[in-house]
Parts: sequence; structure tokens; C-alpha cells
Amino acid sequence: MSDVVEKTLSALPSLLSLDSQPGAGKLSSTSKLGSLIRNITELTSKHEEEKLIKRELAALKEQVSSPNTTMKQMREAMVRAIYCEMLGYEASFTYIHAIKLAQQGTVLEKRVGYLAVSLFLNESHDLLLLLVNTVLKDLQSSNLIEVCMALTVVSQVFPKDMIPAILPVVEEKLTHPKEIIRRKAVLALYKFYLIAPNQVQHIHAKFRKALCDKDPGVMTASLHIYLQLIKESPDMYKELTGSFVTILKQVVGGKLPIDFNYHSVPAPWLQIQLLRILGLLGREDQSTSELMYDVLDESLRRAEMNHNITYAILYECVKAIYSIYPKSELCEKAAKCIGNFVLSPKINLKYLGLKALTYVVQQDANLALQHQMTIIECLDHPDLIIKKETLELLFRITNTQNVTVIVEKMLGFLKLSNDDYTIVDLVGKVAELAEKYAPDNEWFIQTMNEVFSFGGDMMQPDIPNSFLRLLAEGCESAEESRQLRLYAVDSYLAVLQKDSAHLPQRFLQIISWVLGEYSHLKEGLDVQEVRQLLMKLLDRKGVTTETRCWVLSSLMKLCEGPGADEMAQELVERWGSSLDPLLRQQAQELLCLSLDKDLRTRTLPLATTWDGLEVDSSLSFLDGFVAEALAAGAAPYKPPHQRQQEQCQEKALSLEPYGLSLPVSLSSCSLTDRQSPTLLSMSSGQSGNSTEPSNKAGSSKLNLEGVKRVWGKEGYLPHREVPEESAPVEEASSAVQSSSQQGGASDKSSMAHTEPVEQDKEKQQLASSLFVGLGSHNATSLMGKSETPSQRFRRKPRTQVSTSSSVTSEKSDSSHSSRSTVDSFLYGSLLEEEPVLPQPNTSHTPRVTTANGSSETKTQSFIPTNGTFEGEEAEEEEEEPTQTENDITSVTAHRTKQGSLIMNSDMVIVQPTMWSDQPKDWSQDDSGDLLSSGSDTHMETSPLLLLPADLRDLPHSNINTLAADQSLLLSSCHVYRDDALVLVIFLSNSGETPIQEIAVQLNCEQLEVASLRGNVIDTLDGLGTSVCRYTLVMDGAHTQVEMTGTVSYQAGPGHTQTLPFSSKLSLADFIRPLVITTEEYGKLWLSFSHDVKQNLKLLKGDRDPLVTTLDALKETLQLHIVDIIGSEGIVACRLLQGAPCLLHCRIHGDSLAVWLRSSLPGLPDCVLYYCQKALLEH
Amino acid sequence: MIKAILIFNNHGKPRLIRFYQYFAEDMQQQIIRETFHLVSKRDDNVCNFLEGGSLIGGSDYKLIYRHYATLYFVFCVDSSESELGILDLIQVFVETLDKCFENVCELDLIFHMDKVHYILQEVVMGGMVLETNMNEIVAQVELQNRMEKSESTVWVFFPFFCLFVCLLQGGLSAAPARAVSAVKNMNLPEIPRNINIGDINIKVPSLSPF
Repeated sequence: MSDVVEKTLSALPSLLSLDSQPGAGKLSSTSKLGSLIRNITELTSKHEEEKLIKRELAALKEQVSSPNTTMKQMREAMVRAIYCEMLGYEASFTYIHAIKLAQQGTVLEKRVGYLAVSLFLNESHDLLLLLVNTVLKDLQSSNLIEVCMALTVVSQVFPKDMIPAILPVVEEKLTHPKEIIRRKAVLALYKFYLIAPNQVQHIHAKFRKALCDKDPGVMTASLHIYLQLIKESPDMYKELTGSFVTILKQVVGGKLPIDFNYHSVPAPWLQIQLLRILGLLGREDQSTSELMYDVLDESLRRAEMNHNITYAILYECVKAIYSIYPKSELCEKAAKCIGNFVLSPKINLKYLGLKALTYVVQQDANLALQHQMTIIECLDHPDLIIKKETLELLFRITNTQNVTVIVEKMLGFLKLSNDDYTIVDLVGKVAELAEKYAPDNEWFIQTMNEVFSFGGDMMQPDIPNSFLRLLAEGCESAEESRQLRLYAVDSYLAVLQKDSAHLPQRFLQIISWVLGEYSHLKEGLDVQEVRQLLMKLLDRKGVTTETRCWVLSSLMKLCEGPGADEMAQELVERWGSSLDPLLRQQAQELLCLSLDKDLRTRTLPLATTWDGLEVDSSLSFLDGFVAEALAAGAAPYKPPHQRQQEQCQEKALSLEPYGLSLPVSLSSCSLTDRQSPTLLSMSSGQSGNSTEPSNKAGSSKLNLEGVKRVWGKEGYLPHREVPEESAPVEEASSAVQSSSQQGGASDKSSMAHTEPVEQDKEKQQLASSLFVGLGSHNATSLMGKSETPSQRFRRKPRTQVSTSSSVTSEKSDSSHSSRSTVDSFLYGSLLEEEPVLPQPNTSHTPRVTTANGSSETKTQSFIPTNGTFEGEEAEEEEEEPTQTENDITSVTAHRTKQGSLIMNSDMVIVQPTMWSDQPKDWSQDDSGDLLSSGSDTHMETSPLLLLPADLRDLPHSNINTLAADQSLLLSSCHVYRDDALVLVIFLSNSGETPIQEIAVQLNCEQLEVASLRGNVIDTLDGLGTSVCRYTLVMDGAHTQVEMTGTVSYQAGPGHTQTLPFSSKLSLADFIRPLVITTEEYGKLWLSFSHDVKQNLKLLKGDRDPLVTTLDALKETLQLHIVDIIGSEGIVACRLLQGAPCLLHCRIHGDSLAVWLRSSLPGLPDCVLYYCQKALLEH
Repeated sequence: MIKAILIFNNHGKPRLIRFYQYFAEDMQQQIIRETFHLVSKRDDNVCNFLEGGSLIGGSDYKLIYRHYATLYFVFCVDSSESELGILDLIQVFVETLDKCFENVCELDLIFHMDKVHYILQEVVMGGMVLETNMNEIVAQVELQNRMEKSESTVWVFFPFFCLFVCLLQGGLSAAPARAVSAVKNMNLPEIPRNINIGDINIKVPSLSPF
């Protein structure tokens, strides 16, 4: 006892001294943080700061690692560590202590600990795994503050792979009585959705509940989720439009408690969010848009201009109005609103007004015309951001008539700006405009020169590429292209003769290529002069190897005529021994070509045309070589993307045993997946250039990488409608002038001086030159046709589309295409990943097309005989003998239709076909043709025998009773066809009296349902049984689907009864074995990104436990066991004919570690669920 | 989403740095420097939006900032946030700081960096706007402060308390642990809500099942 007392007493003074200042935790002047900060502020140089922090960190290190440090001191130390990190000094030794603090401390320590963790660590940091348990514990704590802290840290930083561990607890918090907890839980789930969407797929229903939460705060939080979801797939949430509109109506109407007001505006942030959602929902959808016109109108009306935040609402409102299906009345109001923004003296509003104009001008160019004077003023605005925004707006309204003025403005801006990002952006725009609207050659080349010298080496590589392509391919008239080239040569000679030291490398490359290619066009030009210039370039310092390669290959083209041999000799001597292999190779080639004139004229012909040019981008000419190499045992080629993935795989495998912790590889894999091809080609552009110098060797092999589609024949695609011209210039400009004079008149009245008037005149002139061509908008629409702007550099029509892509082929591209061919090969032949249509017999093909046709015109019918049956029995008879074919056709028709169905997001409405397998019906119908299965129907003892002949051989389930009433018994049987689940419904009349007019309706939202036959029956005799069947196809992954239906019939005349039935279908019904080899499995495994891991129960049996377990799985689920090697087994299955799912099973202690992968998100989870279930039930 | 929140003074000294998207340490410092460079050369009478810092990802991103006395508050957001909305959020945040620190100044931010973080956590959580109502934020922060106050008073008396318990219980060695748990359970009040939930009239029409 004395011990304890002594310890307590000894601790007393230190504790008291530490807490000398009780209160809100004000830091005492003696505290270490205080002194640290004071010291730092006293310092003058960065160097001293560094020294001080170094010392501080050393002290910290000592303190945190000392066992005597109290929790409170630890807390303080942690804040100091945070401070040091903020200043940019790494304090990684404190990370583990931060976690410890969060793990062990009381609430206060936890708070600091969690804060430090969320500031120090990132999502993939290994230490975070140590936090998972703490978070889990705190989430379940009864202390609200702890729960809040845990939710906060979870939403700031949490390892993606660990989400399943805490997901259920977080979900549970959605029903917590405290709104703040619910709200934080919603946001945490949203964060989960952002980082791992497939993990939270199953809780969409809970999101809906959050949306309907009685607390507006929780509802607001859930809007974050919905904004994201709707952004991704607006069609799926159209039915929520009404709800959002109602909420907005109530918010705008002031139905919220006064607490939610901000500057007497009801819940402005909520309104903004809702308006954004509505804008997304109503896009290009008239019926949905109609729902929201009223509320948008009201928001516009209610938002009086009194505070910044109302402008925010107004802006969103305007944006929503212009993004939904337009309503002229609303658009007018919105246009007025934009006017207010643009004219506002507040600069923020002006900015937003310009932004809105930029957005709107594509729909309504006249609006820009109204505000032309303001726009002109903005052009000279002191704020660069406003200027830039104005240029963006001008960019959208450019046409052939105002292009020179606008480009001039842009170049002027470029000269002033020094921000890389702005330069790259603007340079791209100028280049685009120049190519699209250039008035003449001279201007074009001059502008492009400016572009290249400004843009330098930062600009997008497709700008020089498309420029060279334009030169090389030429315009429509040969003379025109000759002129252009000639001018380019002239201009570049001039450029080189001046001081060219500052020119960027890209520009030099272009110059050298053009000179090499086209200097022969200029008559009277001495080749030697050109050579001299290029040679000078070659020797200059600061020129990169890449540029030297370009120059050398140009010189190669020029080695003809007098002095050529000497030059070649000189070059070879100079560069033939260069350290750089590429230069050396170029020099060698030059030597060879200069010796062999014949070869040279063949490889480098003068003035080639580009039309006949074809590049085999798939490198098929190498096929034989590859096959040989493969036969000799070479490893097959793997694209870089796959190699990288494999590396990750290896790492993950070696690091991580199976267990709860999932490997980090997932995130990195998906990262590489997301890498855009343009990025790839960009990054490999330079290396590609140098790895294949032969590409540049000839004019026929211009080096052009990844040219984007936007540089297509019609110019920049999205803006195609914008410039509408064709009306006479004079008329348009006079119109502009008159309106601008009006605008100017009001200005004049306010300004008495003459000078401003002159300025005004200048502005008006500028206005008329800027906005020329815009006013003719009405004229063109009256004429009823909108001509595309006459492009100067209209490219020659290409003979083959493929050429353009193949010309651009480069090393990186070809590797891409080869990858895609590998992929398609894999999918096409081994897997049939693409929805492969069941091939109908050739005799039947015409019918399929009719089916397609009818399905397009009539949404409701699938099969040509639909609805026309009564009238055209003959046709029906034709079909009867080929029952199986009929099946297939209907499926085919159904498959072909599925695209349009998804687009309409309609439920699949199936009109029944008239058919019954029961012969009696047919004999009554005098159709007479009996099927072989027909005769079996009388043997009612075994309903299975009722199965249609074509289905009888297929695996099927037992017969279950679906529903029954006094007169009718419904039972069903699942037949597992390869491409679908066939649901066979038996309708049995349990009474003696015949039942009339039976109609079966089946609904299931998640599945695609197609009726085959038999769901309308005229008469069902007493004790008779009829069969109807449906094919069901599952596209997405669902664990279980609910299927509902009704049967309506008339037991007595005029008295209709309905019998509802419902049934559940599990994913297991849709799983089919996937028969592949181990090798194919390996390839597939690497190409999938969605995966799940879990430990499952291992079954014990007489045999090897792995075999027993896998067999059990195979038995219950239709899986294919690909291979079993030692303690590992690989299993494959697929969802019908669709997405494969691969399982990798391994014995891990007492359990079976299963790793599932699929191309379909969600499928691994679902399959795992059934595996689990199967093993538990076993 | 909000990608980062940076507070620095007129000389570019960081006062609070919060990234909601991962950047390596040196990258963070570079972003701070570049942002300061961009923001500091702008007059006070130009607009509060800046576009396309090349460091935090390109055209989709915007810098929205406000300048108060000696401090710059900069929010870096993507296109899913409303510009003016964020501008007012900064105002709300600063007003909240003002309420919590009673006439907030730069020194408060320096010496109570951790507290500023706690306040920020109640406004923005994981890059999402959590709460925009100032009273609500203040209430949450107050609650945490109360916890802290109660702790410091308890700690002053804690040794005596322990001593007392020890003497009382005849020196059971488990006593301190018990005392700690007693302290732990003493002062953890329920979070008060200013909003009366019952009155809220938002009625979401019944939704069709999923």
C-alpha cells in the first residue's frame, strides 16, 4: 500500500505544475510548443529554421520513446509533431505513437491521436492496419464523442481493403438516434463508395432511407451520395426526381426550421446541391425536365439579390435551367439573370456571369451579342482570371470572320502570362482555331509559328503532329497545298536565318522536317544553303538528341545534288561515332543511302502522296516470326500494362499470406487500368521517337503519335454548332454595329469627356470585329440549314478510315493494338466474353431480322408472330416443327433488343406469345401439329415429363409449387440452359371444369425476362396441365432476385380471378461452369480487377479436404474445377454466357482461403456468398 | 469535393494544412508554395477564384480563397462544388473561429493549431461539407472543450482522489484503475442539439422500393 501512496504523492507536484493554468487548455508560456513556435518566429533564415526543427525533432524523438512520458505530455508532443510536419519536416517516428495514442488513451488522447493519424498517414500506409481494430472498437463505443471521432477518421483516411471489416458497424450507425452520428455515417459511406464502389453496392436501399431521414441534416449529407450516383448514371435515378423537386419546393418555401437559415436564406447549400442534381437528372429528358420547371421558376423568383449566397443559388439555378430540356420562358428569365451577373460591379459575379455565358453561348449565341460591350470591357480587365474566362468565351464564338481578332487577343494574353497551365491550355486553343478558321496561308503559318514558340516543349504533342499531318496530307486542291508548304519553307528559312537559339525543341523539329521534306518546292533555292542551316542546328549546344535525329533524317532527304557526298561524309565522320546509339544509327543509314542512289530514291521518294499509304499497325507481317519464336520456346509478349500488373501481383503474393488483410495490389492495379491511353502515348512519345528512328527515315513514315479525334475533319466536334455563319458579312457587322451603338449611347451619356467616347468607338470597332457573324444566327435558322463553316484546310477525303490511325501508329500504339488483339482473342475464342448470340440456323436468319425490325417499331413485341397469331396461323404452323429454332430466334431477338431496352430503362414488357404445349388446345385450334412432348402431357404423374423435349436433357431443378388456389395449381422448374435460365411454369387445373383465358404475367426488374410461349391459354381442361416458359437472363451481379407474377383466369364465364405468385431466384441459378485450361485461367486472372478474399470452412472427408470441399462446391454451384495442384485449386465459372468469375482456393490452416476475381463488379461478392452458404449447409 | 484546405499568412508561412487527397510530403510543400505564389500577387479587389493550378490537377480544379487581415484561407475544390457556396463556407468557418477564440487572430491559429483542426473537422469531413450552420459547429466544439475542462479539473484533484480511494479500500492495487474508470464515466454529457427535430417539415414522399 505504501508503494501506491508513495507513487501517487511523488507524481503530485509534476502533475500540478503541468496544470498550472487550468482552463480552456491555454498553452502556458513555458510549454514546449509555445517556445518552439516563438523560436521559429524569431528566426530569419530558412537554414536556421531547419537546424532548429532538427533539434526539436531529436528532442521529440527522445520524449516519445521514453517510457516515463505521460499521456498528457505525449499529447503535447504530438501537437508539436503536427506542427513540424506542417512546416514540411518529416516526423515519421511519431506515426506509430499517434496510433498508440488513438489506441490507448482516453477521449482526449484519442482525439489528438486520430487527428495526427489523419494528417500524417495516407490511405495506403501500412501502419493504418494497426488502427482498424481501434476504429472498430470506438465505433461500437457508447460514448458519442468516440463514435464521432471514429467516423471522422474513417472518412478522412482508411485503408480501402479494410472497409469490409467496419462496414456493418458503420451501416448500423445509419439508424443511430443521434442525427450527428447518422450524418457522419452517411458521409463515411459516401467516402467508401468513392474509394471502393463495389463494396457498398448492397446498401443503396439504405441511402434511400438516409434521403428520407426526418432530419434535414442527414438528408443533406445523403445528397452528396446522390449527386455522385446521378452523375455516374442519371437514368437509374429518374424516379427520384419527384422527391428532389418536393424537397427543393419545401426548402424554397421556407418549410425548414429557422436554424437552417443563413443570412435569412433557407439552407442555401442544400438548395445548391439539389439544383445540381436536378440539372443532371433533366439533361436531354423532356418528361423529367417538365417536373422541375415550376420549382426552378420559384427558386429564381425567391432568390432576391441581397447576399452573396443568393447569387450562388441563382447561378446554380441558371445552370440547371440551361442543362435541362429547354423551356423558353425559363430560359428568358435565366438569360436576364446572367445579364445581371455579367453587369454586376462585383468581380466574383462577373466571373460567374462569364462562365455562365460560356456555358450558354453554345445554345444561344445571341446572348453573347447582347453583352458584347461588357465582354469587351472584360478583355481589358486588370484581373487575369477574368481575362482568361473572357477568352474562353470568345473561343466558343469564334468563326471565320472574327478568328484573326480573337487569336490576336489570345496571343496577346499569352505574352503576358507565365503560368504553364494557362499557356498549354491557350496554345491548344489557338492552334485549334488556326487550323479550323485560318483565312489564309500566311496567317496560318505565322500563327502556328507563334504557337510553337510560345508553347515550347510543354504543349500537347498532338498540336505539332496535326500540323505536320496537315502539311503532309495537303488540302483539297493540290495548288493550295503547294502554296502552303512553300510558305512554310519560306517562313522557316527566315526563322533559321535569324537568331534561333531560343526556339523550343519541338519547333526546331518541325522546322527541320518541313525543310527536309519540302524545300525542293522552292525554286531557285540552293540546297546547300538549307543544308548549311540544318548542319548549324546540328552542332548547336542545347539541342537535344531527339532534335538531332530529326535534323539528321531531314539531311538524309537533302543529300542530292552537288556537295551531297561531301556532306554525307562529313556527317558520318562527325556523328558516326557518337555516343548516342540513335545518332550513330542515323549516321550509318545516311551513309548507306548516300552510297546507294537507287535505294535512296526508293525509300525517300520526292513529293509522296499520302493516300496510298498504309501502315500495318498490328504488325501482322511479323506473325510468322512470332510463331516461330513461340514454337522455339520464347515467352509470349506481354504488354507493359500487364507486366506491371504482374509485378504488383508478385509483390502482393510474396508479402501477404492469405488472411484478413488484402494486398495493396488492388489499388495499384486499378490505377494502371485507369491510365488513359493518351497519357501512355504521351509518355512514351519521346522514347518511341528514339526507339524507332527508321520511322523518320522516310517521308512515308512520319512520326505522329496519338492524334485525338477532336482534330477531325469537322474541327472540334463539340463546338460544331457554335459558329453559324454564311450570311453576308456586311449585313451581320452592320447589325452588330447598330446594337453596339445603342449600347454605347448609354455609356456616352454617362461620360462627358471626349476621350472615353473615342475609347468607346474603339471598343465598338473591336466589338464589331469580334462578334461578326454571330448575329446572323437567325438568318441561318430561317434558311433552314446550317452550313458548316468553310474550312480553309479541309483535308482531302481519306480513302480509308483506318489509314489515319495506322499512320499514327508508333511503338506505343502498336503495343496497344497488339494488346487489344490479345484481349479480343482471349475473349472471343476462349471465353466469348462478348455476348455471343446463339447462332440460329441459316434457314432461319430472315426471320430474325424481321424480329429485329418489329422489335424496333413495337416495343412490346419480340417474335414476329406476336399479336398476329390469330390472323396468321399459317405462319405459326411454319414455325412449329422447328421448335428449338423458334426458341433461339426469340432469344436472339431478345438479345438484339436489349440495348434499346436498357437505354429506355424501361422494364422489359413482354407480350405473351400464343402457344401451348398441350395438344388438346391445339386440336381445338385445328392446328393439328403435335409435338413429341405433347403426348406426355397426359401422364400427370410426373410433371417433369411435361418438360418440353428440347429442355429435357438439360440439367434442371426439382419442381416447386409456386402458388395454388381452389382451381389452379402453379408449379415451376428451373432449367439451366447455357445462355439463360429457363423458367418453366406448369399450370395445372385442379378442378374438373375447364378454365378459360389464362394469362401469365411475370415481372422482375433485375433480370431480363423473355417469354417464350404458353403464357396465354384459351382453355385448360379439367385436370389438364399446360406449360409456359420464360427465359431469364442476368446481366449484373445480384445475390438474389425477387420475381413476381400473376396469373389471371376465368373459372366461370365473365368472372376473372387472379392468382399472384412470387419466387426468389438466386445467383446460383445463373452460374455456369467455365471450361478453360490452366493457362487461360492464368491470363484471365491477371486481366480482372474486381476481387474479394475470404476464408471459408474447409470440409473434412475421407479424401483430401481440398478435393472434398471443391467437389462439394461443384455439386451445389455449377463450377468447373480447372486444376488442383497440391494445396491449391483453381475453379472457374461464369454468369451465363457473360462475365467469368475465377476462384483461387488454397488450404490455409484449418480453413480454405478463397480469392475471387471477375471482370464484373459485385460478382465475386455474390459468388463468395453462395460458396459460403454451400459449405455451411454441407 | 474539397481537395485541400490551406491557411497561410501574408508571408506564406503555413498555419493550417489539411489535404483530403494524398500528396507526398514534398509535393504538399510545393503546392503550398505555388498556391501562395498565385494568391499573394493578387489584389484584394480581384475575384476570389483561381483556376488550374497545375499541381493540384488541372482544369477541373479551382482555388477559392479569401484574405482576412494577415491570413489567406484557400480551399482547393473540384467542379462538384459551387464557387460562391465555398466562398461563404470560408466565411462561416472564419466566423466560427472567431466565436470559438473570441476575436480570432493569427496567434490563435498558431498556438491552437490542434483546436482549429477540430473545428475544421466539424465543418468539413473527409473533403465533404458536413455542417454549414455556425451554431451547430460551435455547439459541437464547445462540447469537446467541456470535456477538456472537466479533465483538467479532475486531474488536479485526481491524486488526492486516488489517495482517498487507496486509503479507503485498504490499498487494493486495483484502485487506480478503478479511479480512472470512474473519472472516465463522470463527465460525458449528451450532445445537445439546437434544432428541434420534431418540427421539421420536410416530408419526402414515399419512395417506391428499390
